[in-house]
Amino acid sequence: MQFEDEPLVPGQRLPIRPGHSSFGRLERVLRAGGFAVTAEIAPPDSANSAEVYERAALYDGYVDAMNATDGSGANCHMSSVGMCSLLCRRGYAMVMQVSARDRNRIAIQGDVLGASAMGVASILCLTGDGVDVGDHPQAKPVFDLDCMSMLSMIRCMRDESRFLSGRKLTEPPPVFLGAAANPFAPPLDYRPLRLAKKVAAGAQFVQTQYCFDIEAFNRYMAAVRDAGIHEKVFILAGVGPLASARSAEWIRGNVPGVHIPDAVVRRLKGAANQQREGVNICIDMIHRIREIEGVHGVHIMAYRQEHWVAEIVERSGVLDGRRPWQPPLDWKNAAWDRGHPAVTNAPGRQAMEKVS
Amino acid sequence: MYRMRRWSVRNARGLKKLYSAIERILVWCHPLLRRIGFARLDKPFMRIESLTKGFLLDSRNCGQCIVGFTGLSCPMNCPKKMRNGPCGGVRADGNCEVKPEMPCVWVLAWEGNQRLREEEIPLQVVQPPVDHQLIGRSAWLREVRILVEDSSHAV
Repeated sequence: MQFEDEPLVPGQRLPIRPGHSSFGRLERVLRAGGFAVTAEIAPPDSANSAEVYERAALYDGYVDAMNATDGSGANCHMSSVGMCSLLCRRGYAMVMQVSARDRNRIAIQGDVLGASAMGVASILCLTGDGVDVGDHPQAKPVFDLDCMSMLSMIRCMRDESRFLSGRKLTEPPPVFLGAAANPFAPPLDYRPLRLAKKVAAGAQFVQTQYCFDIEAFNRYMAAVRDAGIHEKVFILAGVGPLASARSAEWIRGNVPGVHIPDAVVRRLKGAANQQREGVNICIDMIHRIREIEGVHGVHIMAYRQEHWVAEIVERSGVLDGRRPWQPPLDWKNAAWDRGHPAVTNAPGRQAMEKVS
Repeated sequence: MYRMRRWSVRNARGLKKLYSAIERILVWCHPLLRRIGFARLDKPFMRIESLTKGFLLDSRNCGQCIVGFTGLSCPMNCPKKMRNGPCGGVRADGNCEVKPEMPCVWVLAWEGNQRLREEEIPLQVVQPPVDHQLIGRSAWLREVRILVEDSSHAV
């Protein structure tokens, strides 16, 4: 979807439409009733921006927004603020993940202001994995906030224009607020209520954990619909390709909160090409998820399998022929982030400045 | 392991009644408590609180007790200090992601909540982040002062 009011210069904000919280494309697609596609972009273990751009380019034209993860699995990588900063300048729509594990309320509120100023339109509030599962188990677990208090804190910054302390902001951050949901972890009958609580705390969209168990997800969504929660929040179901039966076994044994039914593992084991079968399973899941009432999109998590995302989106037909924004080819290799004079004086920028 | 925690959520209803009774008594005693001085009472109160709540709930003395909202399961025992519900990492057997041998405090909280049989589910109240200035101080005295005085003076 190319919006008619796309800025001529990448990285400039789109206008905020009436009734919208943010200038982001993700919110626009969702509020327009589109079936949205988001994907996780894994930050590199590197200080090289080129690696970030290469990873993002894999998704060009296939996703409505990218999630920059924040030390996922409690492993150290480039920060989500850094990822978003680089990619927003090129015009990408970003969902900045913020984990409560590593930063306290002072740091998080500062990051929210900084990120919004840099062009981040959507923020996903997470409690985060415990430090024990990551590569720095000696680290101090901060957990000053949890996902819920973080949601209400950022909502307060946006809607009431003040910090948690009460001090006023001169300009609030216009952000679209998200949260995560895991429909598959105990206590199962509390999970729909937990989603309702996140909505009450400020969540406008949620991205779920991997949905490999469609029956369980159906039961969850039925409870969500009964409570009318699907009308108050956009729900993006988590999907992703499994690399092999062995990796599926490993994931369900070692990654907290991921539930993979035996049938899926059996299907992978029986396949001649397990990696291809993993992609096929993912596409099947997307088809089945699309039929569930109250689901507004999918969130593709393809860690170390990012090269499959384009094919998954293409073959599943999940976009219905819609083509999400992608950077124009001539922008890609421009010296944009180096403040090149040819760029700073570009006619497009002058035009934008006149408009604003 | 964790026998008292399990016992407390099983008896959430009775314990919550006991809690409200203590609260009523303390509210009634408020003028006396004020005359003695809250600052002076903090230490003796903490001794009683950490003995009783420590035994029953494995209380962590956060000074801002919310077990009335959490089915009598102390949320500060959560390794992630979550005060608003379970994370997504709870194991299939209902145990904690970080401490596999410990039942998730929120699985217990949900159990306790169902025993409370209240119309409004107290678990659904969004709890503010922990005030780290209150850690180690008496939660009961604070509660009484919030109830009786203007909440802004309570801290």
